[in-house]
Amino acid sequence: MTTATLLPPAPQPAEPPAERSNYLNVSYGVVSWLLTKDHKRIAILYLISVTVMFLLGGVAISIVRLHLMTPQGALVSADTYNRLFTMHGVIMVFFFLVPVAPAVLGNFCLPLMIGAKDLAFPRINLLSWYLYVIGGAWTLWAMLTEGVDTGWTFYAPYSSQATHYNVVPTLIGLVLAGFSSLFTGLNFIVSTHWLRAPGLTWFRLPIFVWAMYGTSFISLLAVPVLAMALILLMLERLLHIGIFDPALGGDPLLFQHLFWFYSHPAVYIMILPGMGIVSEVIPCFARKALFGYTFVAFSSLAIAFLSFLVWAHHMFVAGITLYAALIFSCLSFLVAVPSAIKVFNWTATLYKGSIAFETPMLFCLGFVALFTAGGLTGLFLATLGVDIHVHDTYFVIAHFHFIMVGGMVMAYMGGLHFWWPKMTGRMYSQWWSRLAALIIFVGFFLTFLPQFIVGYNGMPRRYYQYVPEFQVWNVLSSAGASILAVGYVLPLAYLIYSLRYGPRTGNNPWGATGLEWQTASPPPRDNFDVTPTVVRGPYEYDTGKAQNEP
Amino acid sequence: MSLKDTLFTEAEQKALFDHTFLARERLEEQYASLPHQSETAAFGMWVFLATEVMFFGTLFLSVGAYWCLAPEVIERASLELNWIIGGINTLVLLVSSLMMVLAIHSAQINRQSDVYRYLLLTAGLGVCFLCFKALEYYIDYRENLIPGFKFDEAEWVSRGVDASQIGYVKIFLFLYWTMTGFHALHVTIGIVAVLVMAVLTRRGHFSAEYYSPLDVTGLYWHFVDVVWIFLFPALYLLGTHRL
Repeated sequence: MTTATLLPPAPQPAEPPAERSNYLNVSYGVVSWLLTKDHKRIAILYLISVTVMFLLGGVAISIVRLHLMTPQGALVSADTYNRLFTMHGVIMVFFFLVPVAPAVLGNFCLPLMIGAKDLAFPRINLLSWYLYVIGGAWTLWAMLTEGVDTGWTFYAPYSSQATHYNVVPTLIGLVLAGFSSLFTGLNFIVSTHWLRAPGLTWFRLPIFVWAMYGTSFISLLAVPVLAMALILLMLERLLHIGIFDPALGGDPLLFQHLFWFYSHPAVYIMILPGMGIVSEVIPCFARKALFGYTFVAFSSLAIAFLSFLVWAHHMFVAGITLYAALIFSCLSFLVAVPSAIKVFNWTATLYKGSIAFETPMLFCLGFVALFTAGGLTGLFLATLGVDIHVHDTYFVIAHFHFIMVGGMVMAYMGGLHFWWPKMTGRMYSQWWSRLAALIIFVGFFLTFLPQFIVGYNGMPRRYYQYVPEFQVWNVLSSAGASILAVGYVLPLAYLIYSLRYGPRTGNNPWGATGLEWQTASPPPRDNFDVTPTVVRGPYEYDTGKAQNEP
Repeated sequence: MSLKDTLFTEAEQKALFDHTFLARERLEEQYASLPHQSETAAFGMWVFLATEVMFFGTLFLSVGAYWCLAPEVIERASLELNWIIGGINTLVLLVSSLMMVLAIHSAQINRQSDVYRYLLLTAGLGVCFLCFKALEYYIDYRENLIPGFKFDEAEWVSRGVDASQIGYVKIFLFLYWTMTGFHALHVTIGIVAVLVMAVLTRRGHFSAEYYSPLDVTGLYWHFVDVVWIFLFPALYLLGTHRL
């Protein structure tokens, strides 16, 4: 199969799609959506809510970037500046990056990929969306009325006594959102164990399902710890009993331990799904089976496991002992091994493949490049000596934005573009979407590459002013951010446009082999007319038996 | 073959599906059979309990951390807790867990009126636990053991705690209130769940073939019991070797 045969998507004259009953037209009205138990509809609800959150978090950081155009920072006051970057961090981490891939793409695809009619507990799935929305609205209210200026990390004693802003309401919202991702994880783990279609063995599961399994495992074990740490912080703030505040006899390091015991694994909650998406997209557009399936599958679990052993590398300068720091430094290096296994396997999959540069593939190739760069700079930070030099500088900011934005957001965009025809039954504009992928890639590099340089030269993070030597890099970064903003608004436009005017696609416009492509687009309410029986692995591209091949 | 197919033969699945009218009503669309649905529900509860372990684990870790930092003070503070009421409550919860087991056993041998009776006993013992707990909280209140609300530093200095170490006493008591408070919340949720199960039993919801919600509620109830089994020594008995 070549590029040319992929597009334009051939309409399927045999079944007129407009008349077919699917999950979108099976019932109408607001109530039918708000009380739905259908995992596909819940995914759409999540898609709308996380997009709103993403835009709000983006607006907050746009103001910050504008402010940083000049060394004196003329746009907002120091106080407002603190509240803006906190708002950006809190929204992007807890309300976008953590839920985005599991709750949108996972919710939609996982039951389809395992050949199930729904998730194991559909009501809990709906409950998880309500927790997300209530938590999100509550946090937004707290941040827009008074704001929070602690940064997304809420370090004690600053968050417990020193600040006067809306810390407690924000924390309540975060705990609710945490339980929302916990319930999603619970559903995924149980469904993967018990609802697989006949013949679908563990080693016939798509890597995306393995990645979701690893992600869910992390959510389940880490979220309760965060929830309890935040509850203790709330009580400390309300009752003035210093469990974390040294002035009252508490230990601030304990908060950092508990916080990072969640938040470092949460980094892998954010990146593992991205790796899953890439493992689906690259074989499809290279027309080759995924190289080293077993290794990629187990590296997801290895990352999930190792993620729990590295948290204290955030605290090298916070006063932990040298020996503890040494051990955590070594363990942090270990994470590079399964990550590298994945990158090598993706590269090997591309080797001698017949590669088609469709939009999802462009995003995913971008992911591989940016994730590799972000991962390598992570090794700098895991090195004790270097970390002391670059700790709390823009180097750290650039590193984790390469992973989170360059990695996860790119992969999410890739996944969204990949499964969009499955979700909606319509195709978006190829020209505009490729342009958007390109703009995002360029804008991203321009935004964050300068931050590595200023960070290495000593510009601290979270300061609202800086020395004049750094101005040129900051202007470059802000310029890049404006390009990035254009790149993110574009998909919003052409994807919404495609809902009404996009050409209808067949069931399998990409000629992919996954189980989700064997049902109609959009899928019927029960996903499959007949429960499928699986007789082969997920990536049998090279056998020439791809479904619906033109 | 997926796991569900290896566990239950097709004949077993079909027999259940065809012969029990009840079964047809209880089965949700995403499951192949009632045993499949029951096993999934139980597995789901186990996974949920794993998250609960982490939830309480954070608090146990905090107690442990401060115990390591200031063992004498923490143990001195622990001595002020009412281990007699705590001990009685341990017994109450253990017996309530036995009642829960008997309820599920009765369900398995299809004696629905016994199920109902044992469930009421379980819930009753749960309420009993809460009453003792309330009594204990009242005594704590009288003895000024509520940091941040009703707490007397001079009293602790007279008990031989150094004035600079009072912070640890407060932290320990704060953790005591948080842990027992969250545990009491779990007991309350458990009582409501058990009562709902009792009502459903009364309405003939369950049979020997299908009693999955009972099973799942039982798991939860036992978990709440087990948390207390760990919580009791970690808070109440920490200092008893100094008596």
